[in-house]
Parts: sequence; structure tokens; C-alpha cells
Amino acid sequence: MVDGSLQENGTILPSPLAAWGPFLTDGPALAVEHLTKAFGERLAFSDVSFEVAYGEVFGFLGPNGAGKTTTVRTLGTLLSPTSGTATVAGIPLSPEAGPRIRARISIMPESPGLYLRLTVAENLDCFARLYGISDAAQRIDAALRAVNLADRAGDPCGSLSKGLRQRVGLARAVLNDPAVLFLDEPTSGLDPVASREVHELINAQRERGVTIFLTTHRLEEAERLCDRVAILNTTLRLIGRPDALRQQLFRRVLDVRVRSPLDDPDRAFQGLPGVDGWTSGSPGTYALTVTDPEVAAPGVARALVEAGADILTIAESRRSLEDVYLELVDEDVEAARR
Amino acid sequence: MTFSWARVGAIFRKELRDYRRNRFVLVFTMAVLPLIFIVVPIAELLTIKATLSSARLDTRIGLALLYLLLIPAIVPSALAAYSVVGEREQGTLEPVLTTPIRSEEFLLGKATAALVPTLVIAYAMFGIFLLATSIFAQPGVSSAVFKGSHLLVQLLFTPLLAGWSIWVGVAISTRSSDVRAAQQLGLIASLPPLVIVALMATNAITPSLRLALALGAALLLFDALGWRAVAGMFNRERLIAGRR
Repeated sequence: MVDGSLQENGTILPSPLAAWGPFLTDGPALAVEHLTKAFGERLAFSDVSFEVAYGEVFGFLGPNGAGKTTTVRTLGTLLSPTSGTATVAGIPLSPEAGPRIRARISIMPESPGLYLRLTVAENLDCFARLYGISDAAQRIDAALRAVNLADRAGDPCGSLSKGLRQRVGLARAVLNDPAVLFLDEPTSGLDPVASREVHELINAQRERGVTIFLTTHRLEEAERLCDRVAILNTTLRLIGRPDALRQQLFRRVLDVRVRSPLDDPDRAFQGLPGVDGWTSGSPGTYALTVTDPEVAAPGVARALVEAGADILTIAESRRSLEDVYLELVDEDVEAARR
Repeated sequence: MTFSWARVGAIFRKELRDYRRNRFVLVFTMAVLPLIFIVVPIAELLTIKATLSSARLDTRIGLALLYLLLIPAIVPSALAAYSVVGEREQGTLEPVLTTPIRSEEFLLGKATAALVPTLVIAYAMFGIFLLATSIFAQPGVSSAVFKGSHLLVQLLFTPLLAGWSIWVGVAISTRSSDVRAAQQLGLIASLPPLVIVALMATNAITPSLRLALALGAALLLFDALGWRAVAGMFNRERLIAGRR
């Protein structure tokens, strides 16, 4: 059913989309409109809308209980949405379309859920048969090579460490050459080297045009891997490129450090092009809110020289994705308290 | 996507591999349990005297054979009762359900994986029983055991009783949230059809070919409908997102 692009030597070559038909690239890989899932009275997620393009790595972030895993399960046809619509890998989401959608996607749950008495190869063999893969032996070998586990094919999964089990789960996830790959916390419990290998695998899949839907708590991982991220806290709070989110949420700041505190900072900074205001921190440090650091920095430097200050640093304050995330989640906590 | 025997086969194959490496299943369910149920009928057989009246002889042979029918009733019940709730507890159910497999395919794979070893064991035990009969039993007893109706009941009811136990066990497993509770319930639920067979075996109700066939047809119908009924009960949403 699925022609493989995983090669015997473990190389991953383009592109699984061809195997699924040219129609796939006509629309987005995922199109979600006003999707809501409730369990009785409890809302898991509400009114979620977004689109993900083919070949995009899309990060799905949010605190525990925000509805990330439920969203993945809903898009993966394991759960039915309460309302709203979605298209997954070119197929409108419906109970009848479940098997067809599941043939084109792959989901790696947070816990890999392996048959512990079976060997690594036997676990993959079972799933290759479930996906109807004709060249199962070659594909299993290639998938294991892709996660550096070819030499452990004969080991019972019960004898593997948590990290190795996670890698077997990943090998299983790429076995059917999915058009959309859902990864739920794929580096959870992995050491830095194993995490890097997972990142490399994600990048290799992206290069082949596979859409990756990544839920993670590791914000630096999302920042490094994802083209765009969405932050979910039952409702979708924010969506965009990590850089754009930073700009959307935080004013840009120039951090200035001089050897001795300025005698009259107001006079030094007032009226400078691109500078909207300033605050003082520890003695000799100033945070200037600016519209564009590149425009403001030269003027600030000149003003400081004119004021007789010894400049130590002038640098743009970098807000991380973590700052964005915490800002939003804190807002939600505050709102809940009120 | 249409029904796929390949996916049924994938589950069947995986289950057999798992049984082979599961000491409890291999030693207790598939070896000790059947041995217990064959020791009693063979011992019973050796104590039967050919001088008994024909009716009395039939009753005692019927009782001995009834023990053998406990094998297809009880052996698969534990396997079937574990089939869904066990996977759920181990966290292996969700990955399987993320593949294109249909509920019907998953359940049929599970059921056949419980049925095939059960039939092999039950018929093997019956074979051993017949062998012991032909070697050790008194000639009159031996010819009574080899009577066509006894053989027919045994051969016919072995798969039908196993089918009942399996579908009842799988049904309990899909609705249960605890493996042990599911297995205990499955064991109890596997026994009711044996009551009717017991009544026939002990001549409490007059055994006849027509009665045996009617009962067989009822069980066959149940086994055929059981698959669809259990597939209807198989609620992915509850199994994935429900409380464990």
C-alpha cells in the first residue's frame, strides 16, 4: 500500500507525499476550524482554529491539562470532536474516514506503548502488517537505522531503557511513511544526545516534506525546531513564528550598561529617535523600550558619549519563547484568580 | 478502506508471539489447567465398571466428558478477558488504534488468537483421553465412550463453547477497567452453556441428536453475532480517554 522512501542504509529520501497522491499538496496538511472537544461538562479544548502546511514543523505548546494530547487524539481520529471541522492529510475528519486518515498519518504517543515481551523487530513487524506495508523487512531495517537501533532489533523491548523504547516508538512512527506525523513529547525522558538524534530525525522528516505536529514542554526545543508554534490553554492563545510572537507580546528593549550611573538619564535619553521610554535597574543599567533597536542604538550610543558615560554594553534584550509562554500562562492564571 | 484479513493476521500473530513468551499463559493457562481437566476424567474412566446399567454407564461417561468440555470453556476465558483491558493497562492499545485497523479486525484477531490454541489443546486432550480409554478402560466402557453421539458432542461443542467464552470474555474486557476483575467475571460468564451440556451429559434432559444440534445452532448463532455485538461495544473514545 505504501511505497517506501526509507532506504536500506537508513537514509531517508523524499518524499512520502508522492505515495499518497498529488492531491495532498493542494491544500494544507491540517486545517482545523472552530474545533471543540468536551467530555461531558468539561471542556478539553474549545474553538481551536489553525492551518499547518505540508513540510511545516508545527509546535503545540501549553501547560498540563491544556488539551494538547486531546487535540492530537481528535485529529488522529481516536476521539470525535464535539463541534467544529478539520481536514487531516487531505481528508475531512469523520468517523467513517478514520481508517483512511490513520493510514496517512502516524501518532507517537507520549508513552511509546511497546509490547515488552516482543523484540524490537517483532513490534515493528506487527505495525508494518497493520499498515499493510509490502516490503516490511526492508522498511523495518531502515526505520531502525534511522534511529540508530539496527543492532538492537532482536532485543526484547522489556530489556530496553526508557530512552531506547522512545526511539523504538519513533521508528514505529515513521514506518508507514506518514504525510503527517504527530509527536507527543518525543524527547520526554531522553538524555541530550538522544534528544539531538530525535531532533535530527524530525529535521530529516521535514526535509522530505512530512508535516510534523509536535507537542512539547521543552520550549527551547520548540524554538529550535518549529517553523510556527501555537500556545493552547483550552483555547488557542497565540499562534505564529516564535520571533513574531515575541514581538507581538513584548515591547523591544535595549539594555544599556555604563560604568557609573548617569547624572541625568532623562536628559540623555529624551527625544532620541526610536526610544519610547526608559527604566533604571541596578546602578548604571538602563532598559530602553524602543520601536526598532537597530534605529535606536546609534543615537543612544552618541547620547551616552555626549553625557560623558563609559559605555560597557548596548544590546537588545532577547526574550525567549519561554518568556512568551510564561507571560501567557501567567495571564491565564491571573484571569482565573479574578 | 475495506475489511483486511492482513490486519486480523497481524494481531493474531502478535498475540501468539506474546503468549509464547508469557510464562503464566504458557504454563498455567495452556498446560496446568488442561492437565487438571484431563486427570479427573481419566481417573473416573478407570473406576467405571462395564457391569453398570447402560443408563448409569452413559451418565458416568457423560460426566467424565463434561470435564473435558471445561477446557474450551475455561482456557480461553482468561485470554479473552485480558485482551482489551490488558492492552489498555499496558498502554499498548492507543498505538494500535492509531493505525488503520478497524474495531472488527482488532477483535477478530484477538478472538482467533484465543481460539486456535484452545482448540489445539482441547482436541489434544480429547485425543489423549480417547487413547487412555482404548488402552486402559474395560472393553464395555471403551465402546460406550466411542459411541458416535459422545464423539459428536465433544467435537461439536468444543469450538462452540470456546466461541462463547471468547466473545463473553472480550465483551467484559472492553467494558472493564481492571484486568483481574475482567478475568474473574469472564470465568464465571464462560460456564452457563456448560450447564445445558451437563444436563444432557447426565441424562437430566434426554439427550438427542436434535437437541444437541439445536443447542449447537444456538451457540453458533451467538458466536457469529458476538463478534458484531462486541465490535459495537468497542468504544474507542472510552478506551482511550476514559478513566483507567
